[in-house]
Amino acid sequence: METNQFIEVNSLEEAYILASADRLNKVIGGGAWLKISLKKAKTLISLDKLNLDFIDSESSFIEIGAQATLREIETNKDIKKLSSGILNQAIGKIMGVTIRNLATIGGSVMGKFAFSDLYPVLLVMDVKLKFYKLGEISFADFVEMPRINDDILISIKINKNNSVGYFKKAAKTALDFAMINLAITKGDDFKIAIGSKPSIAKLNYEAMKYLNSKKDITEEVIEKTCALAIEEAKIKDNVRATKEYREVLIRSYLKRGIKQVIQ
Amino acid sequence: MKIVNNKIPSVDGVGIMKGRKAFTDDYADKDSLIIKVLRSPYPFARIKQIDDSKAKALDGIEMVLTYKDFKRIPFTRAGQGYPEPSPRDKFVLDEYVRYIGDEVCAVVGTSETICAKALDLITVEYEKLEPVLDFEKAIDNKSIIHDEPEAKQMFEIGFKPKKNIAASYKMHIGDVEISLSECKYTIRETFYTQAQAHVMLEPHAVNTHIDYQERLIIYSSTQTPFHIRRIISQALEIPLSKIRVIKPRVGGGFGGKQAIHGEMLAAYVTYKTGKPAKLVYTRREVFESSYSRHPMKFEMALGADENGKLKAIDCNVLSDTGAYGEHALTVFMVAGSKVLPLYNKVDSVRFYGDVVYTNHTPAGAYRGYGAIQGNYALESAVDILCHKMNMDPTEFRKKNMMKEGETSPIFAIMGEGTEGTPMNMDTCKLQECVERGMDLIDWKNKYPSKDLGDKIKAVGMAIAMQGSGIPLIDMGSATIKLNDDGFYNLMVGATEIGQGSDTALSQIAAEELMTTMDKVIIYSSDTDLTPFDVGAYASSTTFVSGNAVFKAARKLKETMIEEAARIFDVEVEKVTFDGKTFKVESSDKEISLVDFSNEITYSEAQKQLQVTSSYVGPKSPPPFMAGFIEIDIDKETAEIDIIDYVSVVDCGTTINPMLAKGQVDGAIVQGLGMAMFEDVKLAKNGKLISGDMLNYKIPTRLDINKLTTIFVDSYEESGPFGAKSVGEIGIDTPPAALANAIENALGVRMNSLPITPEKILQKLKENKK
Amino acid sequence: MKINIKINGQNKTFEVEPGEFMLDVLRRNNYLSVRRGCDNISCGVCTILLDNKPVPSCSLLAAKANNHEITTVEGIQVEAEKLAKCFGEFGADQCGFCNPSMALTVYSLKQENVNATEEEIKAYLVGNLCRCTGYVSQHQAIKKYLGDSNENS
Ligand SMILES: Cc1cc2nc3c(=O)[nH]c(=O)nc-3n(C[C@H](O)[C@H](O)[C@H](O)COP(=O)(O)OP(=O)(O)OC[C@H]3O[C@@H](n4cnc5c(N)ncnc54)[C@H](O)[C@@H]3O)c2cc1C
Repeated sequence: METNQFIEVNSLEEAYILASADRLNKVIGGGAWLKISLKKAKTLISLDKLNLDFIDSESSFIEIGAQATLREIETNKDIKKLSSGILNQAIGKIMGVTIRNLATIGGSVMGKFAFSDLYPVLLVMDVKLKFYKLGEISFADFVEMPRINDDILISIKINKNNSVGYFKKAAKTALDFAMINLAITKGDDFKIAIGSKPSIAKLNYEAMKYLNSKKDITEEVIEKTCALAIEEAKIKDNVRATKEYREVLIRSYLKRGIKQVIQ
Repeated sequence: MKIVNNKIPSVDGVGIMKGRKAFTDDYADKDSLIIKVLRSPYPFARIKQIDDSKAKALDGIEMVLTYKDFKRIPFTRAGQGYPEPSPRDKFVLDEYVRYIGDEVCAVVGTSETICAKALDLITVEYEKLEPVLDFEKAIDNKSIIHDEPEAKQMFEIGFKPKKNIAASYKMHIGDVEISLSECKYTIRETFYTQAQAHVMLEPHAVNTHIDYQERLIIYSSTQTPFHIRRIISQALEIPLSKIRVIKPRVGGGFGGKQAIHGEMLAAYVTYKTGKPAKLVYTRREVFESSYSRHPMKFEMALGADENGKLKAIDCNVLSDTGAYGEHALTVFMVAGSKVLPLYNKVDSVRFYGDVVYTNHTPAGAYRGYGAIQGNYALESAVDILCHKMNMDPTEFRKKNMMKEGETSPIFAIMGEGTEGTPMNMDTCKLQECVERGMDLIDWKNKYPSKDLGDKIKAVGMAIAMQGSGIPLIDMGSATIKLNDDGFYNLMVGATEIGQGSDTALSQIAAEELMTTMDKVIIYSSDTDLTPFDVGAYASSTTFVSGNAVFKAARKLKETMIEEAARIFDVEVEKVTFDGKTFKVESSDKEISLVDFSNEITYSEAQKQLQVTSSYVGPKSPPPFMAGFIEIDIDKETAEIDIIDYVSVVDCGTTINPMLAKGQVDGAIVQGLGMAMFEDVKLAKNGKLISGDMLNYKIPTRLDINKLTTIFVDSYEESGPFGAKSVGEIGIDTPPAALANAIENALGVRMNSLPITPEKILQKLKENKK
Repeated sequence: MKINIKINGQNKTFEVEPGEFMLDVLRRNNYLSVRRGCDNISCGVCTILLDNKPVPSCSLLAAKANNHEITTVEGIQVEAEKLAKCFGEFGADQCGFCNPSMALTVYSLKQENVNATEEEIKAYLVGNLCRCTGYVSQHQAIKKYLGDSNENS
């Protein structure tokens, strides 16, 4: 990669000043995505000295530092207890262990990847992001916001709750990007999020509203929920799958997922 | 047999695992000039002007090469027999670019970074030409891809460049139309196969330097070092004697390295500048600018009588060779010659068609070499016919397929680019392959399918054959030398590319010399030091080169006995040798091999004992196999789990059963890749979207469950210790076996590869309409 | 810029460009067992251990490795030889271009989970592609290697 300098910052303030000074100054997480997406940068900003690679599960939420690697999260036992361990499962479906030892949660969140296997999961769990300037915002709000280029993500916080969860990634081979991915949790309410459609994951508010309004989850209700979700999801073609096939996948796996979480 | 047919670990496994310097780029001079190629963004264009002044002015840029630097000498990149059956339609660099990724010009500089900068600074003015991107519209297209007067064929291959035809071919036995009209059951179907990529993990690499004898030394990751030397000499007009090609360890080839790639530019740069140079393809270049498998279209017609006897096969093929005609005719012919004889009892056969030029990435050699394409078409068609006749496909095959002792007239008619050679199937255990395969997959209980609730379980099968080298064309040779202390050097031209030939050939030598593996030191593929061999292709190494090694070992043994007789001063017939000791019959005279070798080296009747033998096969005994797949398929999404793949193989004696199994296992998984994962996506302008490993997906270890690979007892008299070949046969059956299993599961016939869940559902939907 | 790395147990200083990746630095400095297969993190061939964990060196910024430990297969020769012998026993080695990276990944699997089942072996190694073997023999060999290591511990 062509770049002028590599700076290991000593404080978040220093990182922020550098990041906001120029669009071509880039914060690096693991650098895995930057490697394949970026040819040129002015300054590479490393957060490695800031001890952001923690996972803290002492309180009512689990806080994961932005620099924690995907593999550290995947193998964390406390995180596995949340929502049937869907975050661990989803990470386990991302490429191989070697990438997951390099890629960070910070880069995975800030990259806003449409194919992200984490996004649907983070959407259906109760997640907040902690930024240096912006402070705390909910993950669902973050997804709707325009891309943030200068703020520094410090950590993500996942509320501990008793929900059960379901995650599915449908891909052509175990190392491919998803044709679709989706996650469901059932706590007090149902939450549903679908990603790689091929646009970025969103919560399916219409489907959730409908499903949550029903006491009795019959086959019919599930069918209707799937139909609503598909309609809302604005599904399209790309090289990985056609719109039609994505609909088939979503209908099948949403149905199976809802059945699984109500059991 | 003590060594052959035993589980001997590979001779190089430990060193390679420990990371010893081994592969081409490991040998590159640290000061090598770096060569980078500017590649065409257009599928078809004429270069009007290249402005390289800014690039040349860059510090560290040694030269920029354009077509103006080269004499117009047409050649073919294909590494095959000489004169080549491929058209000479390529120049080192040309005024025309014929596909996205074709070479425009090359920059040569002191580092990757500088070369990358230089590439950015070059401006090229193109006259864009109308490309041919649909191979079914190539013939007589307005656009002529090879209009240059120099392009030529070396002998008649049906080369008609003005019509965009690189080669064409036609054969028939009997009259298919009449036969078909007499059949109770006939089917006509069309099949398509895709441009599979090799994806060997080591990208094409070359480095060059001039040695102290002022000769050009080329390290190349090639399957055909001797062909490389010849082609470079021809195209660059460098005397053959001035060139040495060394093939170090090669990180996989699968046919992808059976041609010249970066070698031409690297050789030229070093020859011109006297400086070391290197060129390592990026992964995108490997996909886009080396070559892929020939995509083909098959129009098949089969006919059978009321008893299920196959009467006629008609096969019209169109093959897409892309921008250049490497292996155009030969791959095309193998799609017939190594497929059609499977059903040798027909009244009539016809096989004909054209290989056309298009503005796609060229096609070339790839494991299976036409046979996998042909097998998919024929073995799919056979199952369609079986369904129509309501006949179990295994029954049909047992009735109609080739049996031991039989022959097919096709062998005499079709060779590779030329006429063939007649031969009888002295070994053909297909019957046993099918029967054992049925047991192993539990055909009785699983055919055609079973409802599992959310999923359907189904089985499918196909049979296949290949060859063992090209008869009367492929030559291999071996030199064996006895050293003091009683160990041997085995020098072979045969090309180890990861398939284990260094190990298998050493085993053959060790067996015949009755010694142990540690006493045979193999060195392969160095045009200065090893005797000639055509290279690693056409499943020739074990059979052709193996026979050469066997002959050399036998002759050396005889020579040693003669020398021992001289030392003992007795008649040759009186001397026996058991690998360790020479003894004189009915006497207590004896001498150990160690003492013998020391004596003739240092003291008594001194001489170097060394023998060279070569082998050209009068025939090419085909290996055979039956492949059975078991799948579970999701009723809603059509996603497929491969539960098991059973391969029962007749490859004669397995010189090394583990390596043989490795060849079959690996080929099955590559075949499954072609059958269901490896989707070639092109943009409208012909650009390869699936031109990197993020977008071109080969099977991973999580996509494969179980492989059941076994070998039947078989002994081919003409092979070394009874061996035939095993390198390619494994790749042929998966596409048809999978397609057949899917029909057995869902009643839908998949006529194009790869077979993806999405395509299955589309087809089901179409069928409902 | 200069970076200090403990590589295979030895402290070394390398001169690197700020945007350079570890794979290029290593090959330039004669660690030739680390090889390039695809250059977009899709094949596993360039794997090295960073602080004892396998990572793709094609994507590890060299500067990020400053003051860390790196292991190439030269640093685990005894283990590599043991694994090679298991590979030999099952015919699991073919071209071997990826074998040093395989050795490193398997070595770290051994440290994390010496009792790994076949499914766990597959999941751990899925990022290490192989186009030669069809994988099955590799899994048998790796199981043997893990089993041997378990017995001896
Ligand atoms: C080959 C490949 C295949 C992949 N396949 C999948 C897949 O199938 N599914 C999936 O979900 N993911 C996949 N990913 C994505 C991967 O999981 C990571 O999400 C990705 O690599 C980003 O993580 P990183 O640490 O490498 O980020 P980097 O590349 O370092 O950074 C990514 C972006 O985030 C910014 N950034 C990083 N940290 C911060 C911070 N603390 N504050 C502000 N900005 C920050 C960077 O500036 C950059 O713009 C794949 C990645 C690769 C390279």
